[in-house]
Amino acid sequence: MTETISQPPTALAEALSLVPKAEGKQSMKDFKSDQEVRWCPGCGDYAVLAAVQGFMPELGLAKENIVFVSGIGCSSRFPYYMNTYGMHSIHGRAPAIATGLAASRRDLSVWVVTGDGDALSIGGNHLIHALRRNVNLKILLFNNRIYGLTKGQYSPTSEVGKITKSTPMGSLDAPFNPLSLAIGAEAGFVARTVDSDRKHLTQVLREAAAHPGTALVEIYQNCNIFNDGAFEALKDKERAEEAVIRLEHGRPIRFGAGLTKGVVRDQATGDLEVVAVTPENEDRVLVHDAHADSPTNAFALSRLAHPDTLHHTPIGVLRDVRRPVYDDQMSTQLDAAVEQKGKGDLGALLAGNDTWTVVG
Amino acid sequence: MTSQVSSPAEQAEPADQQSERGLAGERGTPDGGKEVRRLDRVIIRFAGDSGDGMQLTGDRFTSETASFGNDLSTLPNFPAEIRAPAGTLPGVSSFQLHFADHDILTPGDAPDVLVAMNPAALKANLGDVPRGADIIVNTDEFTKRPMAKVGYERSPLEDGSLDAYQVHPVPLTTLTIEALKEFGLSRKEAERSKNMFALGLLSWMYHRPTENTEKFLRQKFAKKPQIAEANVAAFRAGWNFGETTEDFAVSYEVAPAATAFPAGTYRNISGNLALSYGLVAASRQADLPLFLGSYPITPASDILHELSKHKNFGVRTFQAEDEIAGIGAALGAAFGGQLAVTTTSGPGVALKSETIGLAVSLELPLLVIDIQRGGPSTGLPTKTEQADLLQAMYGRNGEAPVPIVAPKTPADCFDATLEAARIALTYRTPVFVLSDGYLANGSEPWRVPDVDGLPDLRVQFATGPNHTTEDGTEVFWPYKRDPLTLARPWAVPGTPGLEHRIGGIEKQDGSGNISYDPANHDHMVRVRQAKVDGIEVEDLTVDDPTGDARTLVLGWGSTYGPITAAVRRVRRASDRIAQAHLRHLNPFPANLGAVLARYDKVVVPEMNLGQLATLIRAKYLVDTRSFTQVRGLPFKAEQLATALKEAIDD
Repeated sequence: MTETISQPPTALAEALSLVPKAEGKQSMKDFKSDQEVRWCPGCGDYAVLAAVQGFMPELGLAKENIVFVSGIGCSSRFPYYMNTYGMHSIHGRAPAIATGLAASRRDLSVWVVTGDGDALSIGGNHLIHALRRNVNLKILLFNNRIYGLTKGQYSPTSEVGKITKSTPMGSLDAPFNPLSLAIGAEAGFVARTVDSDRKHLTQVLREAAAHPGTALVEIYQNCNIFNDGAFEALKDKERAEEAVIRLEHGRPIRFGAGLTKGVVRDQATGDLEVVAVTPENEDRVLVHDAHADSPTNAFALSRLAHPDTLHHTPIGVLRDVRRPVYDDQMSTQLDAAVEQKGKGDLGALLAGNDTWTVVG
Repeated sequence: MTSQVSSPAEQAEPADQQSERGLAGERGTPDGGKEVRRLDRVIIRFAGDSGDGMQLTGDRFTSETASFGNDLSTLPNFPAEIRAPAGTLPGVSSFQLHFADHDILTPGDAPDVLVAMNPAALKANLGDVPRGADIIVNTDEFTKRPMAKVGYERSPLEDGSLDAYQVHPVPLTTLTIEALKEFGLSRKEAERSKNMFALGLLSWMYHRPTENTEKFLRQKFAKKPQIAEANVAAFRAGWNFGETTEDFAVSYEVAPAATAFPAGTYRNISGNLALSYGLVAASRQADLPLFLGSYPITPASDILHELSKHKNFGVRTFQAEDEIAGIGAALGAAFGGQLAVTTTSGPGVALKSETIGLAVSLELPLLVIDIQRGGPSTGLPTKTEQADLLQAMYGRNGEAPVPIVAPKTPADCFDATLEAARIALTYRTPVFVLSDGYLANGSEPWRVPDVDGLPDLRVQFATGPNHTTEDGTEVFWPYKRDPLTLARPWAVPGTPGLEHRIGGIEKQDGSGNISYDPANHDHMVRVRQAKVDGIEVEDLTVDDPTGDARTLVLGWGSTYGPITAAVRRVRRASDRIAQAHLRHLNPFPANLGAVLARYDKVVVPEMNLGQLATLIRAKYLVDTRSFTQVRGLPFKAEQLATALKEAIDD
């Protein structure tokens, strides 16, 4: 398979062209609400909140045209802290609610904030359908691999055998891989980042915002109360070098100290594998193409990490391809209907074609 | 055929001498020498296999009848299976139509004419057909196997078991194939038009206009002109058969019901169509785009289908992944300032209940349309019932009051929907519309309203700050209420300066900030209740012509037709009874308590086990007499009349 760049990166201007721009310069402060933030001290959510508030001015959108919609869970308190429009809804349903809002109001920039329980357990159905429909939503999935708000039960992303209050002898169910799931659900934009790497997080948000249609951003987020250190392998400076694969579109996928490791295709199975880079195999190292039409490599990358040790975890944008956007198409159909039939005439509709008259 | 028997008519006027047997007069024999009789009303039931096109046949006869100007009422009755095994009892589909030269209220208790396309249709429907009635049977289907399938060992056409009826044996299939032999169709293709042959025959019998049916067939099969012409030919052959064969010696006229209707332009309309139009009209009157979030479910799907056709009215329809997403998307759209609707039936309401609770908490306008069907669980998907009243009233966690509006006839679905939209928009609340399968699929004439006379439903979005804090800052408080309606402001995204966050967590009244304060929660629960209790609804009107009735019959929803027909019977027998019908189930009309107190006895007929009766007893301490039935079919007027008479005499 040849790795070609099939499409240019999308321009931010195009993705948000219908959303009014802010008058004057915005700062991070403009996006902080007056509500006291009530996450546990040390929670990874603080870092994500700060990164999002810090990034918003860069978009330059009128903040009254930005809406954050969330479900239920710790991360779902997020909208209360953003000085935009917001709705803290019910468990798992945020993608459905945001779909109705985004589909009927193309002048809005709609963000969904959700967690691993909210998005993948109770709301799994809405997540996959939002992704396949490609509604113009940016979904931030805070994955801490635990249920925090209900005080520490295992989640659909917890590793097998996890000891929690509800699984004293270890959890039995195999976890979801959120990115594999999203790619399987036809997602056009799939990325992963980490709460503590603000620069990376911001870059991923930037690319997600520029993507027309649904963007899924998985954010590895530390729950320091119930699952502390879940992503330590990716954060500890020394260990991270061997564990984290930073994806950059158009660049060979190499990592490790001195970039001595690389991702190549196993000639026999077609799968991706990590090898030590040598002069002999150097030209076999995969060049990352986030815009490839085929989801094959993105899917293979999403499976690369070891589920328990998290070794070889790719972060960055795995997939960024253009697909028809649901709300655009819905709007186009409305326009086409007016073109074909003329603007609706209620009197004519009510009368229909088959009337009779009673004379008084 | 010599007589056409019919049960007592449903005239508003007492004791119409000529109508006791439905016979309105006789007329000489025009061309052809056949006798023509005048009837004041007829009930026809078309019955056949699910694949025989009985619903289409009934719809066409209804259209012909409507355009002729009769009053009419219809009852489609079909199995949930799309194609149940052919020729079996569960696969029988029927369509009953009652039409008259005067004002009628129900599809009729018992058919005067049964058209039975096969042995299963005969067997399944014979029990409803009174002695002396006409039965037209397709003799071609009365062969060994089809009869054996439904347990006829000998042909009922030959064993004397139908002697009490006027049986008209017609080889419908053979005649249809014969009539179409020039079209070069296969036997199977030709046979499919036998329903049009039957329609032609009945159209001749009752002097129905035929132009529109021919036009309809040509439109329906526009892409297959050969099939279109074959159907037209079968339809005409049926008509000609009636005119020439000796078995049909008499035809009937039912004069237009001109005096029953106020002047105006009329059309025929089903409940689901009227409801769909009500939504489009509400959107126009509110000057808000309509957004429907829905998941297909019988018997509500037709509303989704209908609204999907009207994108040129700015209507957005969203077929969601499930019931919950349907209402979720609608609620999201409501937050964005749309007129938002979700349509479903009882099982769907159960799934939506958490989101309805959220809408109660968010205090956003949202229409929840429940086309009730038989329950519990999947129940009887294609049959009617009124058993979701308590679900609509109480089916949520916490104290979550939701207003409820119920249409009473198919055409009334239009007005009831506009009324529900008024309440939702004025009071910023989800509102239930409780229709049901009978209203949804039944139809009746409707005076097309003048668009300029429709109510003004426009709303004022919030545009600026509405509160001054202690330090003099102008701020926006999303839960600062209108003192009169207790409604909160509707501030839609895109409005500068009004950025705010709302959610399902309890909030401080006024500021809308999260609040776990006990006193505030107590206050908020009571305020939400007071808002719904305070909704202004029209007073209940009571129909009591003599003014001294001691018994009141109180109904709600689709029982209006059967109850009113029963009341007319009771009054014709010189008994006194008062009648009232509730459109608003939550809140009840302010005068309901006073009305109930005026009567010794209150009878409440319902297609459930007494849900309204329970509410009435709880709220007014009135010992109502519940009269209930859950057969998946509307009440029969005669049964109801008997029950009312018993209550009066008790």
